[in-house]
Amino acid sequence: MADRYIEPDSPELRARWGNFAWTPENAEKAKDVLSRYPEGRQRSAVMPLLDLAQRQVGAEENTQGWLPIPVMEYVAAYLDMPIIRVVEVATFYTMYNIAPIGRFHVQVCGTTPCMLRGSDGIIAACKKRGMKAGHISDDGLWSFTEVECMGNCASAPMVQINDDNYEDLTPERLDVVLDALARGETPKAGTQEPGRHTVEPSGGPTSLKAMVTENHDYRGEW
Amino acid sequence: MALADKDRIFTNLYGFQPWNLKEAMARGAWDGTKDILAKGKEAIIEEMKASGLRGRGGAGFPTGLKWSFMPKQPPVDQNGNPKPSFLVINADESEPGSCKDREIMRHDPHLLFEGALVAGFAMGARAAYIYIRGEYIREAEVLFAAREEAYAAGLLGKNACGSGYDFDVFVHRGAGAYICGEETAMIESLEGKKGQPRLKPPFPAGAGLYGCPTTVNNVESIAVAPTIMRRGAAWFSSFGNENNRGTKLFQISGHVNKPCVVEEEMSISFRELIETHCGGITGGWDNLLAVIPGGSSVPLVPAADIIDCPMDYDGLKKVGSGLGTAAIIVMDKSTDIVRAISRISHFYKHESCGQCTPCREGTGWMWRVMERLRTGDAEVEEIDMLYQVTKQVEGHTICALGDAAAWPIQGLIRHFRPELERRIAENMPEAAE
Repeated sequence: MADRYIEPDSPELRARWGNFAWTPENAEKAKDVLSRYPEGRQRSAVMPLLDLAQRQVGAEENTQGWLPIPVMEYVAAYLDMPIIRVVEVATFYTMYNIAPIGRFHVQVCGTTPCMLRGSDGIIAACKKRGMKAGHISDDGLWSFTEVECMGNCASAPMVQINDDNYEDLTPERLDVVLDALARGETPKAGTQEPGRHTVEPSGGPTSLKAMVTENHDYRGEW
Repeated sequence: MALADKDRIFTNLYGFQPWNLKEAMARGAWDGTKDILAKGKEAIIEEMKASGLRGRGGAGFPTGLKWSFMPKQPPVDQNGNPKPSFLVINADESEPGSCKDREIMRHDPHLLFEGALVAGFAMGARAAYIYIRGEYIREAEVLFAAREEAYAAGLLGKNACGSGYDFDVFVHRGAGAYICGEETAMIESLEGKKGQPRLKPPFPAGAGLYGCPTTVNNVESIAVAPTIMRRGAAWFSSFGNENNRGTKLFQISGHVNKPCVVEEEMSISFRELIETHCGGITGGWDNLLAVIPGGSSVPLVPAADIIDCPMDYDGLKKVGSGLGTAAIIVMDKSTDIVRAISRISHFYKHESCGQCTPCREGTGWMWRVMERLRTGDAEVEEIDMLYQVTKQVEGHTICALGDAAAWPIQGLIRHFRPELERRIAENMPEAAE
């Protein structure tokens, strides 16, 4: 949880984000989020609402989104909770960006299962393109973080870029994905291994083969 | 003899078919759920106990027994009103190597929702919260959509499945903290706080979410429950060795020819699992160095001990490790084993919540020493010092993260001490980046 620094409060930050409020669409979403928790327990909604706020900031800036202090204050007021409790949550959980971020947040998993499958090469490929931790590229497109296990170990190595995962990477396959993103395209998410569907053994499943072509019902064979 | 397809619970594991309600029902989800509930709470819990299912989240605690710990009569609040009970489903899958719950959630979410109803009914819970890790963004989208389908079809909510029982399920997304997989940290996080584990007692079954009785179960434990109820405890317990019953999702990563997630019989031997589904070890069996058989928290096992070991709780305990989440990380002889474990130490340093001093300070300290041992920039005595420090962290923290950070290092020192000494002797500067 270390090595993260919150963007300091400043007059410029207040001028830019002091009037933050939900868009009409997000106001509806926020109400729906609140309805998931018992009455009087609205504080439980702080995590989903911080995520919503981060996405709204991102939509306004055309970035992945982050949480300026005035936005955290807005969420605190919305939930009637002390600001420091919101800041605690925002700084504790690594998915909340607490400093400005680029259009695409390239998060390469470097934990052991990915490392064994070649995440060093993926990280090197990112660095070769000028990405480095805590830095936004000059064109505003790229932010880079080496993250801990993302739970895609059977299709390692992988990278998560904003909301999508790209798995079974090689440096070449990563370049294809990044180039497509830079051109404004939407590359296919998931495994980049030709012929592989998800996490079945590459080259075709060793079990449940009937499921490949039809929605097989095995109950008749019980 | 590998598990037959007809005996697999997660038939859409690879997502070749849609996850939606219509297709899931055609595969057998939500089949006779009302009849299962009609058996009554006691009968469901007894059936689950008889099935021998042990919790699939890592600790392996018997699931039926856990459900039975929920109070029969709900405690009352200060105004004399009965408190509700909650089921919390642990979908915060973050243990390095683990990637099974993701496949359940994105490809067979209705088995999970049906299991939530069966489990919640059996323990008398008012509602379930599925706490899904924040990084599973697309998976959470599937859960939200599948939940809508189940509500629209009357399977959840008021009078769920026409059973007369009211039961709600909510999805809550985390935001990138491994520690929230610890049950009391998960409850704290659900309450809108930092995910720092609570002291126990009180245990969640007494005072958990919002101070109410709560049971926390892993996704896989919950998702297999409806099928166990449909096919019977005797069917489930026909797989695996005594005390290690059932089928299990194994996740094989690292140096095998074809990494994959696969449902297999418990107690299958390591060799058979790898040969049947993973196309063998990279470079052949002679090239196998060591295996971490249950996610990063368990000690590694050298090749000779693992090859014919049954992959279950007791079998792996005998070789000084554990089944954990059945996340099998395979390492061949090309692996820099010290670096592999050091990277795991870095993981725990990153994920320590900072609450207990031995863990907060110890995880960083252990990682820094591991990094020096990696390059040999250390004294031989420091190996023993490191071992001692792991012993001072282990068992001296509120939750098990301290233990989990200590065990991989202990496993390394136990099995690869000569390698550590060799590096110190050679003081390999070229290993440094």
